[in-house]
Amino acid sequence: MRGQVTRDDTIRASVERWLRASIEDAERRGLPELKPLLEGLAQATVALRAADWNDTVPEPPEPAAT
Amino acid sequence: MTITGLTIAELSNRLASRQVSSSDVTEACLERIAADSGRLNAFITVLADEARADARRADIEIASGGYRGPLHGVPISLKDLIDLAGAPTTAGSRVLEGHVAVADATVAARLREAGAVFLGKCNLHEFAFGTTSEDSAFGPVRNPWDSTRFAGGSSGGSAAAVVAGMGFASIGTDTGGSVRIPAAVCGCVGLKPTSGELPCDGIIPLSRTLDHVGPLARSVADASLLYRAMAGDRNPRGLPSSRVPSGSLRLGLLKPYFLDVLDGDVEKAFGLALERLAGAGVTISERAVRHASDIATVYLHLQLPEASAYHARRLDADPDLYTAPVRQRLEMGRYVLAEDYVRARGGADALRREVDAALEDVDALVLPTVPITAQPIGSTTLTFGGQAYPVRALMLRLTQLFNITGHPAISLPCSRSGGSLPVGLQLAGHRGRTPDLLALAAAVEEAMGRRE
Repeated sequence: MRGQVTRDDTIRASVERWLRASIEDAERRGLPELKPLLEGLAQATVALRAADWNDTVPEPPEPAAT
Repeated sequence: MTITGLTIAELSNRLASRQVSSSDVTEACLERIAADSGRLNAFITVLADEARADARRADIEIASGGYRGPLHGVPISLKDLIDLAGAPTTAGSRVLEGHVAVADATVAARLREAGAVFLGKCNLHEFAFGTTSEDSAFGPVRNPWDSTRFAGGSSGGSAAAVVAGMGFASIGTDTGGSVRIPAAVCGCVGLKPTSGELPCDGIIPLSRTLDHVGPLARSVADASLLYRAMAGDRNPRGLPSSRVPSGSLRLGLLKPYFLDVLDGDVEKAFGLALERLAGAGVTISERAVRHASDIATVYLHLQLPEASAYHARRLDADPDLYTAPVRQRLEMGRYVLAEDYVRARGGADALRREVDAALEDVDALVLPTVPITAQPIGSTTLTFGGQAYPVRALMLRLTQLFNITGHPAISLPCSRSGGSLPVGLQLAGHRGRTPDLLALAAAVEEAMGRRE
């Protein structure tokens, strides 16, 4: 149901997907030592995407209450 | 005071009036370099023969009435990622082994034109990608006040050289604080001009939108001389003739975030400096930057991918030639998404507007340069209020904002009590008004009490 997933949840989920893919890629390239660095970067990326200066496509209007 | 401890302003009067020769002064600097190289590791390449030849040429020109100005015959050094024709540029890395510059960087050419004598190329954090000057293929730079501690970075060799009398000034680069940070932890003046004012061609980039070139010197007047010469002024003068009275200065003290994490020595020295300024009639009022807690986030998402893009080819071809920490940070930058880079550009715009607003009705912003003093070499984290902070993040915490926004900023040494390590006071001025910042900094320097 819409309204239960917040904007922050969406951001966290997208960054989590990016982080998993990045760690997998780093391991495949023989760079497992990047994992803690990427985890730190992921925290910063969450903050970056949540910042109020970002221009974004407007959310669709909430359905009228019945 | 020995001759190698003079300011450029003091030395140039003696050179112009032929009380001393450039050859003698250059020899004295070369002796200091030879004596302290093992202890500080400040230089990668010493250009002794070339410096002696340049000094002899300067002496002949001065004797024959061809005095060029206050940098004529003055021995200085360059951070070893600034090209000097015929000399190796190593960037502190094995990656550039065998690379010899074919031409001077523009700033080096302008200094040469002003008559400066180049003593050599200074050690640095590899490719300027670090804040301590520990990760260099040529070994760590050591702090002149305590050689078990780091010199700050990335222009660590430059700062150590200036403080230890191995030349009268040095030219460094500053991408997140790399001139101001080592100036603060070694105890000299370091200037980052307004973004784009000084040309960076002939200088190995770290991050093209954040890179600046700037001087490290023993006084604000000396920093001003070097800045003007690098800006293309053929007859640079130290400071404007009209002195700024400290009683007319208005400073904005950056508060939330900027003073939240400070070690005791920095807090004490910075507090004393503010007291002295207030005592000299300086008006100090509090200012804020609304997105201050996002500064590091914005910086990371700009700096990492820009650095990675420059290094991508060598990173693929010769990854093992990089030191491990620098290689890891370069590799990390390859995972930053383009959309996040664009968001960070938006953040930079927001921060620029906020710093402009904080500067309204004041002449400059004031804050410490680095929240900690020089730490033992090898330190990785420090704890404040029960929270662990990476040393790298602490070193960048108070300087990187002005690389993002482009405002000019300068670090001055605070007065020190016996045995304490140096602490820097930072002033940030209005964009495009670096000369005004320098004039103001000279007044602040005088009000705080000049060199010890």
